[in-house]
Amino acid sequence: MKVLLSGDEAVAAAAYDCGVELGTGYPGTPSTEILEEFDHLGGRAQWAPNEKVALEVGIGAAIAGGRTIVTMKHVGLNVAADPLFTAAYEDMNGALVVVTADDPGMSSSQDEQDNRRYAVAAALPMLEPSDSQEAYDFTRIAIEISERWNVPVLLRLTTRVCHSKTVVNPSGAPLPKTAKAYEKDIKTHVMLPGFARLAHKRLREKLAQIAQWNEESGPTRTVKGSSALGIITSGISFQHVLDAASEASVLKLGLTHPLPIETMRKFAAGVDRCIVVEEGDPYMVEQLRTAGVAVEDKASIFRFGEFNVDRVRRLIAGDTTPEAPPVPGKPPALCPGCPHRGIFETLRDQKCIVCGDIGCYSLGTLSPFDATDVACCMGASIGLGLGMRLTLPEEQAKRVVSVIGDSTFMHSGITGLVEMVYNPPPSGHVLLILDNGTTAMTGLQEHPGTGRTLDHSKTGKVVIEEVVRGVGVKNVHVIDVVANKEEFGELLKNGLEKPELTVIVARRECLLAVRSIREYERANETQCN
Amino acid sequence: MKHSVTNVVIGGLGGQGVIKASDILADLVFSAGLDVKKSEVHGMSQRGGSVSSDVRFGANVFSPMVPPGEADYLVVISSDQVPVNQAALAADGVLIDDSKIDVSKLSNKKSVNVALLGVLSKHLDFSVDAWMAAILRNLPEKLHEVNQKAFLLGRNG
Ligand SMILES: Cc1ncc(C[n+]2csc(CCOP(=O)(O)OP(=O)(O)O)c2C)c(N)n1
Ligand code: SF4
Repeated sequence: MKVLLSGDEAVAAAAYDCGVELGTGYPGTPSTEILEEFDHLGGRAQWAPNEKVALEVGIGAAIAGGRTIVTMKHVGLNVAADPLFTAAYEDMNGALVVVTADDPGMSSSQDEQDNRRYAVAAALPMLEPSDSQEAYDFTRIAIEISERWNVPVLLRLTTRVCHSKTVVNPSGAPLPKTAKAYEKDIKTHVMLPGFARLAHKRLREKLAQIAQWNEESGPTRTVKGSSALGIITSGISFQHVLDAASEASVLKLGLTHPLPIETMRKFAAGVDRCIVVEEGDPYMVEQLRTAGVAVEDKASIFRFGEFNVDRVRRLIAGDTTPEAPPVPGKPPALCPGCPHRGIFETLRDQKCIVCGDIGCYSLGTLSPFDATDVACCMGASIGLGLGMRLTLPEEQAKRVVSVIGDSTFMHSGITGLVEMVYNPPPSGHVLLILDNGTTAMTGLQEHPGTGRTLDHSKTGKVVIEEVVRGVGVKNVHVIDVVANKEEFGELLKNGLEKPELTVIVARRECLLAVRSIREYERANETQCN
Repeated sequence: MKHSVTNVVIGGLGGQGVIKASDILADLVFSAGLDVKKSEVHGMSQRGGSVSSDVRFGANVFSPMVPPGEADYLVVISSDQVPVNQAALAADGVLIDDSKIDVSKLSNKKSVNVALLGVLSKHLDFSVDAWMAAILRNLPEKLHEVNQKAFLLGRNG
């Protein structure tokens, strides 16, 4: 039966229909809804503290013979890159599908990196759906490839594929399991250099076989059109091309690494003009040119931002007139009554130099707070602050404060805290941990500090102030800044004056989350009694 | 091909029900057996920023995004967001904003989104029953009555 699904929902539905036994990941727009939907459908879904841990759990499960899906946004794959590259060498016994949700145009991200580059760098197969039907079908193909060649497979979505709803006809057919029972085999599961050298060669052989399979029976589509114009494309760009150039011949790739170069060569030879329409980096263009296939590239202005039908029309026409910036809409702001507000007002009023982090509180950068000076990636606030303290003249160094959210602290703040204790700056340091009891920015997900699992049931709770004291910080304060703003101001001032380490945990629930948090707490209490 | 696809853009501020309105519309046309694609960018939880959602339907829809300047209908829930979304509308397209209804007649101000769907419904070829069914499918029961009334206010106004 046909259904209307977002790309994220379609991936979850396929994972469920294919009998995926474990879904793990870390929230990140636009990937978050995959695991939430997988959980709704009845799958086992769990949030990890970060993407690296999620992938490691996934690798363990796949080596043990399980079918596993690991989800993250594009920058999450940077965090998970270390296990990814070596897992490529190790033999997966079951299936491991790693979903990376890229964000061309950066609707809710700090960069627009093109993770097709990871497929090349880690030598892993990558599939790129262009709508929800393909998101469903390609998830299944990813599992099949992973089990057939015992490799992890990357499934690359983009914001428009994740969040657009399109019609899906789910096959619903079961996928028989092929995994053997787990057996110890250190040559394929422990990458000591001697084993890894052989494993690297095996991986390249697998890739060559997958490339051959892609030429013969990969998920490639062709649209017959005029021989005057040929377009090579993939992912969401394909859909725009169908509207923008209905007369053209189109070769649309589904498995974009390793590419079916001979199929592409033949297509290019059969048309008068062959242009590659790809959002983001000129990845396919570079691969084709390296293989000696002459194709036209897009103009450099089209490397930036998201495509739409109009931009694709202009790309094909070679129109490089400067593009008018969109009329600016009303920017998001911290909710009225958000507990982060008083904190950033105080930081502004005390003229602190603020190393911020990623979360709702990133908005402390903008007016009326104008508080944050520097930010980079998740967890960076602590390291950035320590580096600034070590380098700035004393008068400025004394004013440096690091500010991190609770979910971000669990994600990658704890190692920064260890650095703070291990290499403390002479002027000391002040760290604020904004504990609003949720991962608000991505839509209110649980994390290890909430003591509840993805489906909000009770589990072990990592208590922030105990972690902080445990690693050796002496001055630790917990305060509700909404109720005690003045006292918070005093604590901050005292902390800045002392050449010591101070950590202030500002605890007050996110306004949007508080009602559900109370409901979960009540439900969990009655369950335990 | 262009004429076989109907393009609707719904705009407003976060929390005003832009996404809900586009869910109802997409569900309506899907239930009528048409091809449909619906697309928006939603990221942050915080409330109040500009939001817009595209719905395209017809026999065969490709891109999920309404091409700039090709919206047949632009539905804007708060009129201050018209300038932000104006570029979406075709030269001969129809603008539907909250000036098209008597907002004071709404028992719940949050149902402006559904009232504007009522206005939109006058331009599209779907029965009131089909609209009502889509509204009920997409809203919790306690909001059914308010929104049915809101829809009829827009439709009959
Ligand atoms: C590596 C990485 N993973 C995921 C994200 C998506 N993301 C942005 S902020 C954030 C966490 C926000 O939670 P928290 O620190 O508790 O702050 P809050 O939004 O609740 O104020 C996440 C998961 C990201 N930007 N980078
Ligand atoms: S969602 Fe929560 S944390 Fe984010 S701005 Fe609103 S109240 Fe603050």
